[in-house]
Amino acid sequence: MSSTFVSDSLAAIPPRRGRRSSLRTWRWSDRLVLLAAWVAGLSLCAITAAIILYMGYRGVQYLRPGLIFSRPQVSKDQAGSGGFLDPLIGTALLTLIGIAIAAPMAICSALWIVEYGHGGRTRQFLTRIVESSIEIVAGTPDIVIALFGLAIFQLHILAFVSFVGEGGGVYGKSFLAAGAMMSLIALPPLFVATRDGLQAVPAHMREAAFALGKTRIATIRRVLLPSVRANIATGITLGVSRIIADTAIVLVLLGETLRTEPQGGVPGLGVLRGTGSTLTSYVYENSPAGEGAAPQKAYAAAVVLMLFVLVLNLAVEWITRAQARSSGSIAIAGGIV
Amino acid sequence: MLQRLRKPWSDNRAERLLGAVSFLACLTVACMVVFVAIHAWPTFEHNGLSWLGSGGSLSEQVERMLATSANPPASAFHIRVWPILYGTLLATGLAVLLALPLAVLSSIFIVELAPAPVRRVMIIVVRLLASVPSVIYGLIGILVLVPFVGAHLVTSAERTSLQNTVQLTGAGLVVAVVLLTVMITPIMVALTCDALGAVPAAWREGAAALGVNRLRAIRAVTLRAIRPAIVAATVLATARALGEAIVISMVSGSVFFAPRPSDGAAFLLEPFRSFASTIVDFREGLGAPALSATLYACALLLLFSAFALSVAGYLVKLPMRKYQVKG
Amino acid sequence: MSAHRASLYSEESMKVLSRETPPELESVPPTQPIPPVRTIVLDRAPEPVRPPEQREAVRRALDADGPERLRLEDVSVAYSQKVAVRSVSLSIHQGEVLALIGPSGCGKTTLLRTLNRLTELTPSAARGGRIVLDGQDIHDLEDTALRARVAMVFQQPNPFPMSIFDNVAFALREQSRRRPRRPELEPLVVDALRRAGLYEEVKDDLHRPALRLSGGQQQRLCIARAIAPRPEVLLMDEPCSALDPISTGVIEELIHELRRDLAVVIVTHNLAQAQRVADKVAFMYLGDLVEYGPARQVFEQPRAPRTRDYVRGAFG
Repeated sequence: MSSTFVSDSLAAIPPRRGRRSSLRTWRWSDRLVLLAAWVAGLSLCAITAAIILYMGYRGVQYLRPGLIFSRPQVSKDQAGSGGFLDPLIGTALLTLIGIAIAAPMAICSALWIVEYGHGGRTRQFLTRIVESSIEIVAGTPDIVIALFGLAIFQLHILAFVSFVGEGGGVYGKSFLAAGAMMSLIALPPLFVATRDGLQAVPAHMREAAFALGKTRIATIRRVLLPSVRANIATGITLGVSRIIADTAIVLVLLGETLRTEPQGGVPGLGVLRGTGSTLTSYVYENSPAGEGAAPQKAYAAAVVLMLFVLVLNLAVEWITRAQARSSGSIAIAGGIV
Repeated sequence: MLQRLRKPWSDNRAERLLGAVSFLACLTVACMVVFVAIHAWPTFEHNGLSWLGSGGSLSEQVERMLATSANPPASAFHIRVWPILYGTLLATGLAVLLALPLAVLSSIFIVELAPAPVRRVMIIVVRLLASVPSVIYGLIGILVLVPFVGAHLVTSAERTSLQNTVQLTGAGLVVAVVLLTVMITPIMVALTCDALGAVPAAWREGAAALGVNRLRAIRAVTLRAIRPAIVAATVLATARALGEAIVISMVSGSVFFAPRPSDGAAFLLEPFRSFASTIVDFREGLGAPALSATLYACALLLLFSAFALSVAGYLVKLPMRKYQVKG
Repeated sequence: MSAHRASLYSEESMKVLSRETPPELESVPPTQPIPPVRTIVLDRAPEPVRPPEQREAVRRALDADGPERLRLEDVSVAYSQKVAVRSVSLSIHQGEVLALIGPSGCGKTTLLRTLNRLTELTPSAARGGRIVLDGQDIHDLEDTALRARVAMVFQQPNPFPMSIFDNVAFALREQSRRRPRRPELEPLVVDALRRAGLYEEVKDDLHRPALRLSGGQQQRLCIARAIAPRPEVLLMDEPCSALDPISTGVIEELIHELRRDLAVVIVTHNLAQAQRVADKVAFMYLGDLVEYGPARQVFEQPRAPRTRDYVRGAFG
């Protein structure tokens, strides 16, 4: 029959859009809300752009490679001399200690909850307690964690963590002490990331391992943990970015000496038991809030800090994209929850 | 001996070990509450509940405490922290009040109104804002915003009229509230965006099919549907604002002063202190027993406020449950 | 049976369990041999479309009933170059129920959604042809104004997370420029609930959350919500497919009542339902309108062979 007739209507149909509801028929309050939503969204962009551009500007102005590689000098002219090598080392040290303590804790807790947390009423009750505790730690302000650290590490039993000062009182402030409390800061994001990754492992992987006769713990070691490597990596990255950004714990628990001052005889352990500073406390001390003498160096250190944070953010994006798994959730992937 | 170590672990042993490590978290929380409470007890013992009241000059009381040594007399513990409580509530309340509409409107923009490339950029923007360290906010505040406010927003008339009570240097309420708002908005935006994305498409289609324009549909249906999520976001944001010590310590002016609304516009320019910033400011004085007890008491208050906020959030969400889809 | 099993069951059930065949089935004769299944070659080429003169004649013949509400002229819909509906021409009158039938994927839901421009919610959709509502091209109307006159009920009941009253009053509140108050809305809401056949069941508490209603009640609530602003055409996309038979029966009764004031277009894959409910039937296959006519004629004396095959259940 008339196939030409049919093929006419098969020709490309132009995408025609009908008339949209014109703004004139909208109520005033709707128009206002529309405008306000656009203003709000764009101002968030503007604020972020302002922060990044301003820090970039100051960084170009004040950051010199020499600063990164020279140690702080104790001198009257703070603005001219010395760099922040010690604070950089301090940040790195705290991060290492914090993650070293937090990672096993977080992974073991996540494993216990996901693998062994189901069963009778008592088991579920215990699971709720563990999860609630970690939520409480997540919601505690870092200054409270800092004071708690001080309270604990000033006990005589724990004098080995720091050192005994003049007058016989335990000083309580050292890299070990601050690092231990930093682990509490890094624990919740690591735990959440690992737990979500374990929960997302499909049941058939476990069932296949059990069917082959493996014990649960062997399954965990050989099957589950490797499959959540990316989640653990994301969690660690989020934890690290939280640790390097934290200032309150450093101010209270690190003794605030510009340079690392080891304590005690043992060389390696001495640094850990001693005091020092980190990038964050260096920025604080050099701003008008602290000694205030060298805002230029504060800017320089702040820019380095910002760069670390940006790199870590990109790392999280890269890991989640490389896994081709995006939860689609801004809050969880961004470590906010 | 080595043989025993090389044998694969039994499930029971592994389970017990993992369980023990998990309970370290609970142990830590319990210890935290106990230790902070023990150290805070002396100040409550001597002041009772009127610790939170007002009376006398707070700065003098703190100065006196700084000077005490071991075994101070009971009178050394006397303190009334009302200005700190007032400052904390003021700063936190104003910040949350500003952040809530900003966050909800931005979320509506990101999820519903923005074109796709703009949306991708906004998501990056939100994550970035959420991860900026507080000390950098504080630095920008103290080196840029405070001088700006001090030079341009504080009129000399206000300065002279208040010069006998307090110095208006620009460091005060307005800068602290602005910075706090910028800090807590990304948290709320992230949670609200996730909630907006989870609203079933059926409701959106149903509203469109009823001849309701897009924004009306958002306001009448979607926003009602995500009310529990907005409550959760507000609770999280308030907890964050309460615990923020560094930014407030850097830009609030650090004076024990309760800003007075009766001063008109100057009210926003007056300095203050919050619980968290007090702890940071006097961290050196933690050796003096009386001051140490007071600071630990501030920490205890912060700890319990986080609990109380979660409970409050739960209570507020209860009556909303009956209108929601189950689950 | 083993002694163990014997102890689990009572005397009565033991008697039943030990029988070979249940008593009712003993009188049924042995089954007939199953005839071989005909293999039908479903060619991809569409049925030749009627030339324009024939379509006009068909349309005029059907004009006898109530005023024509909606007219489709040569409507085609495509989703990113894949054609879903090809050159369909129909006429929908007040007082009659038009059933769109056809196998899955034939384009009937797409055609329905084009009638109130809901396809525009999908960015990749493109439409050709003309749809005229009461003499106005719907393309020229504002989409909110159009949807106020052409209402839709979906396959899955989707009441909003509000009370019953707020659900039904939703369109009334949001479509008007100034916000009507409770006393003005009450009689309209009650009337809509009555016409939807739900009022008797919910009249004791109109402020109950809508999500607590049963599935059939929720669907009737959606119908009440759709007809509250007095639309001219009601579109129903397989409204009973998610419901049990009793609720289905209630809603079919409703459709009979509703067509007095509205024109109803219902998409259904259930042929029996189409026979019960429809006045006119349009059979679509792979995007083409194969047959369109009064229900009795399409089901009893279908003109196109494909319609005959479908109606007799040869394919689906």
